[in-house]
Amino acid sequence: MSRENVLVSAAWSEENLEAPGVVFVEVDEDTTAYEGGHIPGAVRIDWKTELQDQVRRDFVDRAGFEALLSAKGISNDDTVILYGGNNNWFAAYAYWYFKLYGHDAVKLLDGGRKKWELDGRPLDKDVVERAATSYSAKDQDLSIRAFRDEVVAAIGTKNLVDVRSPDEFSGKLLAPAHLPQEQAQRGGHIPSAINVPWSKAANEDGTFRSDEELKAIYGDAGLDGSKNTIAYCRIGERSSHTWFALHELLGHEDVKNYDGSWTEYGSLVGVPVELGSGKEG
Amino acid sequence: MSGCGAPDQSVVLEGVDTTTETVLSGKVFAEGAPVGGAYVRLLDSTGEFTAEVVSSPEGDFRFYAAPGDWTIRALHRSGNGQALVSAQGPGVHAVEVAVA
Repeated sequence: MSRENVLVSAAWSEENLEAPGVVFVEVDEDTTAYEGGHIPGAVRIDWKTELQDQVRRDFVDRAGFEALLSAKGISNDDTVILYGGNNNWFAAYAYWYFKLYGHDAVKLLDGGRKKWELDGRPLDKDVVERAATSYSAKDQDLSIRAFRDEVVAAIGTKNLVDVRSPDEFSGKLLAPAHLPQEQAQRGGHIPSAINVPWSKAANEDGTFRSDEELKAIYGDAGLDGSKNTIAYCRIGERSSHTWFALHELLGHEDVKNYDGSWTEYGSLVGVPVELGSGKEG
Repeated sequence: MSGCGAPDQSVVLEGVDTTTETVLSGKVFAEGAPVGGAYVRLLDSTGEFTAEVVSSPEGDFRFYAAPGDWTIRALHRSGNGQALVSAQGPGVHAVEVAVA
């Protein structure tokens, strides 16, 4: 896997804003960011209302994804460039989601909205309208998505990478310190998980660290390259960022994202939970 | 503790119990004027990333932290800067960060 196949730079993006067959898509949790100014020509996908089923706790199904992309004016032949705030958390989530439904021509804008803004590149508030398409998705590629039973079975056998902050990992907090504390019934982490906060994979401007740095970070943390890996966080967005680093940048073959993450695992009855830093013994 | 390190009591935070919460609250400045849209990063005493917010149009930012020594680093298209804040206990700890 080479970086050029999965990442584009801000400079390349600015030169290709009007390139035929390239669609820029902003994905955010805070959708007011887009309204305050977006990359010229970019359409928006709302992580919460458009990618999640609004009744069941799950993704929109294949037909729902087809309807969404058709309405956004994205066709099967388009190269989709995703970017967003929060160091590309939700853009990485959408990237994984596009892969899940079989859209191969998708890339992340390295550094996302932050890098774009820090570079002083143009943003506008123009309403973007693209002609509707007739998008056709594939069945979900479950080789990149982990469910809870598989996660419980992975304890002590696969690499489990908890990408939350140390205070969430140890059980002190149930959500990042700047967000509302919600949902999981218990704090802690999945036994045998290593803790490598997502932020280790990013430079301060939001771009990904080099392959050499990433290898050292995960190797030093005890990730065993001979084993398969499941990454998780609280709701699956930060772990998409780490999934991207491990699977798309470092080329680890069997890496799954557990999108149920701690909000599911920490509410299950009867599963083992470990507290503390995990380094005591 | 009192004196110059005492939390600024002038900030009113609705719905936040400042007798128990440790709040780091401040503004980002560029050339003497508040700037919005700066990426403000909270780093712990070892320099490890903890959280990030974007400053409001008035330059304001706020973190809910724990007592301890923190670095607040701001990134903006006009430049970067950082400030140290030592929060010795609960309350509102004011901090200003200049970027250049």
